[in-house]
Amino acid sequence: MDSKDGGYCGPECCPPNNEDNAPIVAACRTKVTTEWSRSDHVGQILCRLSNSFRMKYSVPPGLYALGAPDKQSDVFASANYKLSFDILRRSLKGINAWILVLDTKGINVWCAAGEGTFGTDELVKRIDENLQNVVAHKRIIVPQLGAPGVAAHVVRKKTGFNVYFGPVRAEDIRAYVEAGYEATKAMRAVEFDFIDRLVLTPMEIIPSLKLFVVYALSILIIFGLQPVGLVFNEAWGYGLPFLALGLLTVLSGALFTPVFLNLIPFRSFAIKGWLAGMIALAVAAPYLGVFEMGKPLAWFAFLFFPLASSYIALQFTGASVFTGISGVKKELKFAIPVYVAGAFVSLALLVVFKLGRLGMI
Amino acid sequence: MKYLHDTASLELFTEKCTGCGVCAEVCPREVYVISEKKAVITDKDLCMECGACALNCAYDAIKVSAGVGCASAVINGMITGGEPSCGCGGKTDNAGCC
Repeated sequence: MDSKDGGYCGPECCPPNNEDNAPIVAACRTKVTTEWSRSDHVGQILCRLSNSFRMKYSVPPGLYALGAPDKQSDVFASANYKLSFDILRRSLKGINAWILVLDTKGINVWCAAGEGTFGTDELVKRIDENLQNVVAHKRIIVPQLGAPGVAAHVVRKKTGFNVYFGPVRAEDIRAYVEAGYEATKAMRAVEFDFIDRLVLTPMEIIPSLKLFVVYALSILIIFGLQPVGLVFNEAWGYGLPFLALGLLTVLSGALFTPVFLNLIPFRSFAIKGWLAGMIALAVAAPYLGVFEMGKPLAWFAFLFFPLASSYIALQFTGASVFTGISGVKKELKFAIPVYVAGAFVSLALLVVFKLGRLGMI
Repeated sequence: MKYLHDTASLELFTEKCTGCGVCAEVCPREVYVISEKKAVITDKDLCMECGACALNCAYDAIKVSAGVGCASAVINGMITGGEPSCGCGGKTDNAGCC
């Protein structure tokens, strides 16, 4: 079959399955569309909520045909995290293209590039295995955020393929291709606006709530513990305000700090989180009667909750797109001793309070 | 937004630079501009140490100790005694950082 006529891989037909055509036929059989099904939409939402779901949300690596690509059609590289793949194919509406999916263990392009799975070796291997005889050109468009893993000059040396780093966001691909594979400055920069940060907060809040459960049980036991056993009134009377403060702390570290990241002063995430926690506590404390609980408990509240908020906020460095490892290490070097010391003093204050309640001091 | 001041490990060796501009192309943080056929770092505090520029510099003119800027990854590394890892490479259990 003459490859120049194009469209040989249209919706109705695949070329005859002989030796020459084998790679094209293979790709032709993994046709995909630009449309999202209901389960694709549900999958996107679940990825934002559940880590275990997200870690299994993958597509098989290999070559996919989008629309009716021919030997001149562009090749776009992607990760085998299904959400990365889905966002790419959705943004290619009306474009006939090949999608070369790398085996990134189900991880998105940027993270996989950082870990090296979306990397030079894997790309070279996929080009050798999947692209030979499929395209007549030597262009492969790799998402720019794959660059921490892909050395373009090495790929060219090993495969002859020229890596074109496409825009950061898939939605800009059409404009990028139409401009002759040129990305504007804006297409090359990552953004991290209010909405970008907000969609990430469920994955900050949910893990923190697991810590909250442990905290809540400990608090109820500590307050409820009496010589006669666990006393419900005692547990609840002091426990309830402290459960509320615990929840508030989760919110200040995992929601308020990420969302108001640009408004909270200081560059350190640990300090930002501490400040957010302190402000939230200062506002809520009078309503929850913290100052009427006596000195040990009030001190405990003002020591423990801002530090817990700081710790939770520090976790957001992982999702943030401007934090480097040197900075995180620098923060931790300072913060971890403070957290450990804070935890010991907090515990001591609880013991002092408890001994007081039991009439022992 | 910028991270901690004067902390990023980025180094540019101007004498090796040919001004090809790949670093400016791959950098997602607009750290570089090309001026008089040489790359220039505009503001090091913008750098998030992803390592894209250094990896793609064919002339070895950039050095950066790249890694994940993720607290739980670094803490994981401290606990296991290995490299900071959020498990995104599928090597360990995922800490859910990225």
